[in-house]
Amino acid sequence: MAVSQRLVEIRRLIAAHKRWDAIFGVVGVLALMLGVLTFAALFIDMAIDGVPRLTGDFFTNFPSRRPAQAGILSAWVGSTLVMLVTAFFAVPLGVAAGVYLEEYAAKNWVTDIIEINITNLAGVPSIVYGLLALGLFVYQFGFGQSILSAGLTLALLILPVVIVATREAIRSIPQGIREGAYALGATQWQMCKDHIIPYSMPGILTGVIIGMARAIGETAPIITIGALTFIAFLPPAPVQAEPPFVSFDWVMSPFTVMPIQMFNWTSRPEAAFHQNAAAAGFVLVLMTLGMNAVAIWLRYRLRKKIKW
Amino acid sequence: MVAVPSKVAAAGQPKAAVKDLNFFYGSFQALKALGMPVYEKKVTALIGPSGCGKSTFLRCFNRMHDLYPGNRYEGEIRLYPDDVNILAHTVDPIEVRMRISMVFQKPNPFPKSIYENVAYGLRVRGESRRVTLNEKVEEALRNAALWDEVRDRLQEPAFNLSGGQQQRLCIARALATDPEMLLFDEPTSALDPIATASIEELIHDLKNKVTILIVTHNMQQAARVSDYTAYMYLGELIEYGVTDEIFIKPKKKQTEDYITGRFG
Repeated sequence: MAVSQRLVEIRRLIAAHKRWDAIFGVVGVLALMLGVLTFAALFIDMAIDGVPRLTGDFFTNFPSRRPAQAGILSAWVGSTLVMLVTAFFAVPLGVAAGVYLEEYAAKNWVTDIIEINITNLAGVPSIVYGLLALGLFVYQFGFGQSILSAGLTLALLILPVVIVATREAIRSIPQGIREGAYALGATQWQMCKDHIIPYSMPGILTGVIIGMARAIGETAPIITIGALTFIAFLPPAPVQAEPPFVSFDWVMSPFTVMPIQMFNWTSRPEAAFHQNAAAAGFVLVLMTLGMNAVAIWLRYRLRKKIKW
Repeated sequence: MVAVPSKVAAAGQPKAAVKDLNFFYGSFQALKALGMPVYEKKVTALIGPSGCGKSTFLRCFNRMHDLYPGNRYEGEIRLYPDDVNILAHTVDPIEVRMRISMVFQKPNPFPKSIYENVAYGLRVRGESRRVTLNEKVEEALRNAALWDEVRDRLQEPAFNLSGGQQQRLCIARALATDPEMLLFDEPTSALDPIATASIEELIHDLKNKVTILIVTHNMQQAARVSDYTAYMYLGELIEYGVTDEIFIKPKKKQTEDYITGRFG
């Protein structure tokens, strides 16, 4: 009977260990649900309040003193233009910095310090960037309270994210690819331009969009540089009828953005404005989700072509 | 199986001469006072147990070590007919790599089309005329015995090819720029026996066109494809000679032990 007693002992042990499996399973589900359900509750509550306000007029009307006529035209146009400026500056700067750090810079204590600093910059509160931008872009460079100032501020804010994403993407490229290119007589720049940058694009784009999704919801630094909360006109159109057909006057225009519009409406006493805020919040969340969806799709599309 | 001429004419022209070559990874000396010729349009094999420095030696020929910090060469590799020491500080490693191509251990095609892989070396040299590119790509693929398999799908991704085809693509890529010398770093170690046979056959055909230096840990392969063989151990060149002599009657006991499988 010695064998079966041993078997009984083993089974008792397994049962005891499996109890912990089950316990962790439950704890894990609870932890997950806490996050997911909280977000779902917020989102649904906002949707219930706001969705009835989502008419065509809501997107094409300027803000108004009468809540039923108020819309988010200046806010979504402002957000879109600010995002364009942000991407225009953050992507080339971030990619160049990331490529330099990974491919060109010598690995020594200077680059170590730079690396630590970049990681720290990603954690600096956004209002600090706002203060910096107020002094630097608004006053020192004289850009004023413009789309350009806001775009540059948010570009600074997401620059660390873009740099880190670029470096991660570059690190996943096998050394054999680099050696293969160098062995054919490529210079460092030829190697980066023909191989490193194209092959790391999926990772870079994902990082850029995640950074932009964060930037589009930023309020504090934009308020700090003095964006208007009530604005009843659009920036000058980028396309004109007469030569040179393209105009960049819009970058110097005053503006507002979605989160500021929301902030403005929630601070009003009338309940009808709170509905407007909920509707704008719903649109903002959809914009963010949309950007994340694009990031996932791009990563999927581009990664399919490149496998190591 | 490839027939090896029993007596190789010793009067061949040297394409390169290694003279008193030392190589250091930081403070570790990986190569010790190497000296040997590399004959023009012949296949020279480097054999020896793992860690003996044969790959390190090969990678001196295209200055691959310059890519990493802390590496240092001493001595000379003279490349003929110019009689230039390609290890000299005054010689740009890119110049060396434009003259001497390399095929790596693991096939490393770029994640681009088959065509662009072969054309890359030419593009690096600034060639952009479509006609020239087409011509050179076809010629290189023919020389790498891959043309018939890929002629209808040049625009397809190189990753769709099998391992052996990928390695022949890498050979085509290295050939497209008319190199004076071709370095192979264990080119068949990641391939199955059939793909290995096709690569060996290719190497045999290629030696009419280009000087070949090949690292292999497979002694049968060295015996099959090479005209000259160098046996290395712990960073030193133990014996160098005509392949038949090295394999049939090596002068040194150490070499004999290795090639008969008593050691290594």
